[in-house]
Amino acid sequence: MGDKKYIKPEYYYNRELSWLEFDGRCLSEAQDESIPLFERIKFLSITASNLDEFFMVRVASLKDQVHAGYKKKDIAGMTSSEQLEAINDRTHSFMEAQYRTLNDNLLPDLKKNGLRILTSYKQLNDEQANYVDDYFKHNVYPVLTPMAVDSSRPFPLVRNKTLNIAALILDKDKGEENELATVQVPSVLDRVIKLPSSEEGVTDIILLEEIIEKNLDQLFLNYEVKAAFPYRVMRNADFTIDEEEAEDLLVEIEKSLKRRQWGEVIRLEIAADVDKKLLKQLKKELDVMDEDVFRIEGPLDLTFLMKVNSISGFEHLKYEKWIPKQPAMINPDENLFDQIRNNDILMQHPYESFDPVVNFVRLAAKDPDVLAIKQTLYRVSGNSPIIAALALAAENGKQVSVLVELKARFDEENNIIWARKLEQAGCHVIYGLKGLKTHSKITLVVRREEDGIRRYVHLGTGNYNDSTAKLYTDMGLFTSSELIGEDATAVFNMLSGYSEPPQWNKLTCAPIWLRDKFIRLINREKEHALEGKKARIVAKLNSLCDRGIIAALYEASAAGVKIDLIVRGICSLKVGIPDVSENITVRSIVGNFLEHSRIYYFYNEGYEDVYMASADWMPRNLDRRVEIMFPIEDDNLKDYAIHVLDTELKDNVKAHIMQPDGSYIKPDRGDLEAVNSQEIFQEEANQAGVINKKEKPDRVFIPIMGDEGEQ
Amino acid sequence: MAYTTFAAIDVGSNDVAMKIYQISAGKGIKQIDYVSQYLAIGRDTYRYGKIRSELIDELSQVLSRFQKKMKEYQVDAYLAYASSALREADNREFILDQIYLKTGIDINVLSNSERHYLMYKGIASRTVDFNNVIQKNTAIIDMGAGSIQISIFDKQALSVTQNLKIGSMRLKGLLEGNQKIGAGYKDMLAEYISNEIDSFSNYFMKDKSIKNIIAVGDEIDAMRRLAPELHITDSIDSNQMAIIYDRIVKTSAEDISDKYEIALEVADILLPAAEIYKCFLDRSKAEIIWTPGIDLCDSIAAEYADESGKVKLSHDFKQDIVSMAKSVSKRYHSNRAHISNVSNIGLEIFDTMKDIHGLTSRNRLYLQIAIILHDCGKYITMNAGGRESYNIIMASEIIGLSHRERELVAMIVMYNTVYLPAFSELEGELSREEYITITKLIAILRVANAMDRSHKQKVGKIEVERKNKKLMLNVDSLADISLEKVLFEPKADFFEEVYGIRPIIKQRRNF
Repeated sequence: MGDKKYIKPEYYYNRELSWLEFDGRCLSEAQDESIPLFERIKFLSITASNLDEFFMVRVASLKDQVHAGYKKKDIAGMTSSEQLEAINDRTHSFMEAQYRTLNDNLLPDLKKNGLRILTSYKQLNDEQANYVDDYFKHNVYPVLTPMAVDSSRPFPLVRNKTLNIAALILDKDKGEENELATVQVPSVLDRVIKLPSSEEGVTDIILLEEIIEKNLDQLFLNYEVKAAFPYRVMRNADFTIDEEEAEDLLVEIEKSLKRRQWGEVIRLEIAADVDKKLLKQLKKELDVMDEDVFRIEGPLDLTFLMKVNSISGFEHLKYEKWIPKQPAMINPDENLFDQIRNNDILMQHPYESFDPVVNFVRLAAKDPDVLAIKQTLYRVSGNSPIIAALALAAENGKQVSVLVELKARFDEENNIIWARKLEQAGCHVIYGLKGLKTHSKITLVVRREEDGIRRYVHLGTGNYNDSTAKLYTDMGLFTSSELIGEDATAVFNMLSGYSEPPQWNKLTCAPIWLRDKFIRLINREKEHALEGKKARIVAKLNSLCDRGIIAALYEASAAGVKIDLIVRGICSLKVGIPDVSENITVRSIVGNFLEHSRIYYFYNEGYEDVYMASADWMPRNLDRRVEIMFPIEDDNLKDYAIHVLDTELKDNVKAHIMQPDGSYIKPDRGDLEAVNSQEIFQEEANQAGVINKKEKPDRVFIPIMGDEGEQ
Repeated sequence: MAYTTFAAIDVGSNDVAMKIYQISAGKGIKQIDYVSQYLAIGRDTYRYGKIRSELIDELSQVLSRFQKKMKEYQVDAYLAYASSALREADNREFILDQIYLKTGIDINVLSNSERHYLMYKGIASRTVDFNNVIQKNTAIIDMGAGSIQISIFDKQALSVTQNLKIGSMRLKGLLEGNQKIGAGYKDMLAEYISNEIDSFSNYFMKDKSIKNIIAVGDEIDAMRRLAPELHITDSIDSNQMAIIYDRIVKTSAEDISDKYEIALEVADILLPAAEIYKCFLDRSKAEIIWTPGIDLCDSIAAEYADESGKVKLSHDFKQDIVSMAKSVSKRYHSNRAHISNVSNIGLEIFDTMKDIHGLTSRNRLYLQIAIILHDCGKYITMNAGGRESYNIIMASEIIGLSHRERELVAMIVMYNTVYLPAFSELEGELSREEYITITKLIAILRVANAMDRSHKQKVGKIEVERKNKKLMLNVDSLADISLEKVLFEPKADFFEEVYGIRPIIKQRRNF
């Protein structure tokens, strides 16, 4: 497959650096003064939690590769250590930008708007000082565990991602040498503490670590505290479970969750003005290298800003809370099964509510004619109503099969609890497949009706998680198509260990068939372009870093296919390479909602194929996961999907456009009318009914015949 | 609900499969689910002669999961069949018992001829216009891993069936060592196959022109997909076959597998299969290959639908069993007029005695076939012939009868002339029920046969009537039937012994 000439390393970006670019786009939202202030601090918080996960997973895995002597280069031709070096470099400057944003923009703006974050206990007035001392005595002191370190007491294991205070203390009696001590800032207590107001109309807050620091001498009574600074470590948290050996996957994951706390330290964050001696000792105890020390100009762990965001009284500095609307195609007063039987239903969350999906399962649980419910669950919310409905269905005597993916990153603890709950209710629970993550989002309801078995299927681009469905943009399809129903049954048969079906009707699954299908679809456009026909690909996805797909896109672009990509996150494809990618544009939309849907459009000589999928164009999606791609065939729904793509391609408010040098810019829109795609979808949802409007929405991709040329 | 949910289970040599169907008079047989799991039972059987207990455990586990799925669909009925892998295992009785105890699933073991009979029912249920297709002489080629079964429909009825040991897998194995020689391999294959097919056509097809072929098996279903540009639906004509053949010859199995999404194991055996079809097309001058795309599960469902009367198959398969038996009797030069006469009398007696004997319609078929074949041993020796008939019947394949059934028919024929021992002497060979069944049928056969002792069909029209303890055989005949009457008495004694009713011949000359 593919031409060798399109796989040169210089045609690709390293995925990690591209990811850092994405976090940079999030940061630019925090800097954008046209956005309400409290939304901006939320964005800053997100950049911090993003970066934490990035370190725990990606950086950790690169470190493992270096330790293992792994020399293979990535698609951009970089070795693991070269990547680490570049990441380190970028991360240092990125974190500086984060704190510049905080200190120079956000804190002053917050203060102007009546919220003062005291970054040091030294900023407290007397009344506040008394208040925090009192608070310390009653609330904090009882849960602290200070630990001094000397020859008989080794340095304690500092837990991953926790905030701690390191101090140099001197024995008041013996008083010769400074000793190192450490205390964890308890995670059970709120980190953000509201203080008595210093002036009318101003809210003062301080962080817990400052309160502890102020009272540190109380923890080491016979000692003098010479210096004290908060610090935070990040450990290697990525783990691989040896499934061949794991008798019981569940037990194995529980074990590795405990193990996760104690990996190698890969990042140490500490105040910029830290005492030199203290840092030296700390570095020695934690066994951390110079380049992995990040000296921070401000409070550590900016995720506390999410807490700040939820302080009441500042609603005017936020976007109005979006309440998802009743999906246009669904009448809440009519039986959902009847409606699905009449026609396919497409929903776009969070503009439209996710409730119908929950109701779908709930309805099935109670319906006496329903024989079976089958579902794949990847990440679900705590207290998920879907889990409750599935359990109810099992209690009602339905056959309920649930494939629970236990390997969903960082959610395992959560998953194990409700997986057990489902088993207790009598559901047949499958704990994933060996060697593969099940990332597909599919629900199948089998119903015994007058004229035979009928299958109702829900297919989605996002997880069955009612909380994230309020924040992530995703598409969902309800259908009673017999062909899709048969395929859905085959999917679950395969997931429960049976042989693959002799053929598929409509669905395409990874890891076996999806990659080839994409390549075929891309190549078909290429062939059409070579024949001088109009050819076009539009894809909206979260990450693009698969070499095979990118090479095929390059080849298609070189043949004259017009390709527009809407890629939120990582994009290893480069635009504007002469004779390779001149026909490709890449944009990233970073908005109030997290762009999450995957929509793939192929012009196909005017027949226009539209697919949606759980998969991105990443090797892991195509080769190591169970994913499903489904076609949108109903003309009305296809039009709507195309409308979604078109609107995002027109977005000139939240879209960052990739430049040939790999950077992203928001071009000046000049006199053009502002188009904010997410706001347009909200507006449409308010008017209830883009999808079922009978008149066709503005068709985007009008075939251009003959010599009319492209604009 | 106006439909039946039915599950068909096929315990095959390489995998265990279950299909769920919805059967209704209006919509026919509709598949709604299909699961299969790879399980190499055949390898154990063929290698060790029996199946190891680990494998039996695995099989039980798969079947338990099938059981769950059946519950999920609330199936009304199921049939589970196994073929050669279990049939040939020495420990099959224990296996069946263990599986039943563990899973509650009762597996029936099919003989080769039963299997094919089922397949033909499947074919008839799926081929849109089966009776129309077999208007012209038709060959059914059922391709398996080890052998292929060729059956010929002559004048709309099954006449010949033969098993040829040229299954695609066997061929591949046979010539595998020489595969490296490239083009030479193909020629060798072609020669080997044409030799087998030539013998078949010399013995069985010489005077028949075959117009249609009906092909079943994984291979033909895969071949259909090799030429998407031809838009093949349910039949392949000889020109299309030439294109497909050419493609298979020129493309490696790997490429076929990649390009047409065909499992590599299947792509791997397409060459021998294509060679067989091509050769058969050449020899028979057939024009069209029908591809109903059915497997054993589909056939089991067709059988169930047919037997339970839920769906009416257009073709009468019982008649095929009869016609197969007739073609065997023809081969051994039996007296056709005599047979036809005895048939009339025997079946008339059977039907009149229905309330008394309590036998089934299947037993009636045994009687019918026993009558058709009761004289075939005379081909070998005029004296007695009972044992010779038995041997001939046991050596002939009659599609639609199980091995056991064939044995019962052979015994009925043998004990028509040979003294029937007491049950105690046959206890090892027959169950009590079987003994009683064949005894009842032998009694009828003996009486019916005696009525045409002279082989002159003196008895034309017969009316059978039961009057208390007497069975009146009212015969319209002007001929002298003294011989029949004399020889009839001992047969009547036996009949009375069995049924407690005495048959009496009453001749009516005035009509």
